[in-house]
Amino acid sequence: MELSGGEILIQCLKDEGVEFIFGYPGGSVLHIYDALFQQDAVKHILVRHEQGATHAADGYARVTGKPGVVLVTSGPGATNTVTGIATAYMDSIPMVVFTGQVPRPVIGSDAFQEADIVGITRPCVKHNFLVNDVSKLAETVKKAFYIATTGRPGPVLVDIPKDVTDPRIKIPYEYPSVVSLRSYHPQSKGHRGQIKRAAEMLLSARRLMIYSGGGVVLGNGSDELTELTRWLGAPITNTLMGLGAYPGTDRQFVGMLGMHGTYEANMAMHECDVLLAIGARFDDRVTGKLAEFCPDAKIIHIDVDPASISKTVRVDVPIVGDVAPVLRELLDLLKSSGQKPDAEALMAWWQRVEFWRSLNCLQYERSNEVIKPQFVIEQLYEVTAGDAIITSDVGQHQMWTAQYYKFNQPRRWLNSGGLGTMGYGMPAAIGAKLACPDREVACVTGEASIQMCIQELGTALQYMTPIKIINLNNRFMGMVRQWQEFIYESRYSHSYMDTIPDFVKLAQAYGHVGMKIEKPGEVRQALEEAFKLKDRVVFLDFITDPTENVYPMIEAGKAHHDMRLAPGTNSARELA
Amino acid sequence: MRHIISILIENESGALSRVAGLFSARSYNIESLTVAPTEDATLSRMTLVTFGSDEIVEQITKQLNKLIDVVKLIDISLSDHIERELMMVKVRAEGGTREEVKRLADIFRGNIVDVTPTTYVIEVTGEKSKLDAFLQTVDSTDILEVVRSGATGILRGDKGLYL
Ligand SMILES: Cc1cc2nc3c(=O)[nH]c(=O)nc-3n(C[C@H](O)[C@H](O)[C@H](O)COP(=O)(O)OP(=O)(O)OC[C@H]3O[C@@H](n4cnc5c(N)ncnc54)[C@H](O)[C@@H]3O)c2cc1C
Ligand SMILES: Cc1ncc(C[n+]2csc(CCOP(=O)(O)OP(=O)(O)O)c2C)c(N)n1
Repeated sequence: MELSGGEILIQCLKDEGVEFIFGYPGGSVLHIYDALFQQDAVKHILVRHEQGATHAADGYARVTGKPGVVLVTSGPGATNTVTGIATAYMDSIPMVVFTGQVPRPVIGSDAFQEADIVGITRPCVKHNFLVNDVSKLAETVKKAFYIATTGRPGPVLVDIPKDVTDPRIKIPYEYPSVVSLRSYHPQSKGHRGQIKRAAEMLLSARRLMIYSGGGVVLGNGSDELTELTRWLGAPITNTLMGLGAYPGTDRQFVGMLGMHGTYEANMAMHECDVLLAIGARFDDRVTGKLAEFCPDAKIIHIDVDPASISKTVRVDVPIVGDVAPVLRELLDLLKSSGQKPDAEALMAWWQRVEFWRSLNCLQYERSNEVIKPQFVIEQLYEVTAGDAIITSDVGQHQMWTAQYYKFNQPRRWLNSGGLGTMGYGMPAAIGAKLACPDREVACVTGEASIQMCIQELGTALQYMTPIKIINLNNRFMGMVRQWQEFIYESRYSHSYMDTIPDFVKLAQAYGHVGMKIEKPGEVRQALEEAFKLKDRVVFLDFITDPTENVYPMIEAGKAHHDMRLAPGTNSARELA
Repeated sequence: MRHIISILIENESGALSRVAGLFSARSYNIESLTVAPTEDATLSRMTLVTFGSDEIVEQITKQLNKLIDVVKLIDISLSDHIERELMMVKVRAEGGTREEVKRLADIFRGNIVDVTPTTYVIEVTGEKSKLDAFLQTVDSTDILEVVRSGATGILRGDKGLYL
């Protein structure tokens, strides 16, 4: 089969089993778009801004586990993808981004729409390539998918000069069935000796705490994690990225940890004597003050990326490997040991954890007058039976969703944790809905975040992706306002917008349904009505309490036991 | 502590900037970096001199290993090794100083590789400390120009950085 570069690229995508490509055309990718036009196996989703393409591809990737694929033109098309690529990079999301480039002979001459996108994205991709010959195209695409999806996943960018896709130059096509890179060998199995040491340490623990993260979602290790946690009987917490990997409604689950984690999760971290960390990267939002992190604990850390291990916190038992096989091996070892963790110690430990839990740190003041944002999330949870895919933007609404929507399954909670990208939520919801048309998909957002990618409402109509947008409209950049209240004596410097659009009309202008909800009594009904509109995008504009804050909160630089609780909540120290 | 990291890296365009970019992005210290082709045309060999605590140097080697273009690396300063750097120094050599400079070059086993009525170019090779010592010995007002290659190194004996 003789194909041109443009045709080769599309054929490669077919051979990779790519369903959707999120893109936006322009001069340097027109040959590729022409090849795209002449087939219908790979469906192109035309976004309204290239940032939207990357977030939509990212949303698709997070729910399916398959790589998200993006195609954009050179120059501004390419630079518009940078935020989305960096978002995927920080959260280790598999993605392959194809950018057009100016023709080879003019590279470096400041040609029209030339940007050194390989150079620009180098620090925020797992790897990137410039294809300098059509004969290397298929092999490069294969490598890109391989690198993006193996080991610690991440975005890979492939920059293709226009003349490489010239329709007049045809060469024999063959998609490589395997790829091997002498410099890249992701490790799957863990070190047997270390796993043994971990098992011994787990059996000797008296106050064991399990802390698992996004790696369990990425590595499809939920079943193994759940089985291991049940066998050990210990409390488990998840990071923001790990929610859903262990059932959120299970008794052993003590909620999220970290800056806005629960009292019980953070206290248990502080007092545990063995910490089992699985696919989590000891982020500063999680650890708080490093010098006082888990002061009494021996730490076991399982991670596929050696560089994640002992990066910020030194660990005692490092295990490099893929979560699922490592946890399986650990479980087998524990089960065949004939031993069990000390039952009495475990009971005493649980008494302490239950005491912390009894303080009910997520309680909030109820109101019949003004809509409390937490209440909306609780209602959303009930109306969707806890079974929807939920995306979010960044801010208070993101934290409330993490706290009040109890995720029982992995790949149902999509948010930008590492980069914290406002504008992520809606395009990600579109990508998720395309991947899972039969599942409810909702985007929880704020009136500031939603405006960062609002243009994708057009995409949602064009491709009939009936997502529900839950806008917690507090008329403030709430998260910023909260910090200003706590740290800057309520000097609300530029965290307020006094020209917020009429979202109902805006939704309608894009061809969708808009609702404005102002009373607590209307929340439930509005949600039910919205989810009944199966084939419509519904924008629910909830006018919420502008003064509400996210609690608990560990302020930057403080330790786990140093939490600021909601007014009216007693800490254990105060009770003692 | 000072570490000398020897790296075999794919001879691809951009590979050098991946390494350099890593150091600036993560604000790791870099004392010197040299890169040149090897006997295998597909590979370049890079020698990178850095310093930092054990934890930081551990992160540096892990992050370098994570770069897809890095094929293999070793921290040669952890084993018996030879370190060499090439330096060329242009000095003012007039009247009385002419003899004095030549004598110093001899002591450091330097070669005078260029001579004019008023200047010498002296070539010295050795470990960093030797080159530093030479520069300290020559009267600084006589030094016109210093060019150093940055350190390179190799392990002694059978051990080495092979594929
Ligand atoms: C406003 C805001 C507030 C936040 N507050 C909090 C908070 O209170 N609490 C909180 O937890 N986070 C919070 N975050 C998120 C935080 O910034 C980090 O993104 C998050 O904590 C990182 O999660 P993680 O450790 O699970 O790592 P991830 O970023 O999910 O990384 C996954 C880890 O798993 C490893 N891995 C990947 N695949 C595998 C595999 N197959 N096998 C083994 N290992 C694998 C990777 O190498 C990596 O180390 C907040 C973010 C924002 C924007
Ligand atoms: C692109 C981007 N710019 C700025 C920020 C900093 N930031 C974090 S939260 C936030 C406010 C978000 O406001 P809103 O979307 O209304 O959500 P709320 O906190 O009110 O729930 C801002 C500005 C960010 N995370 N992302």
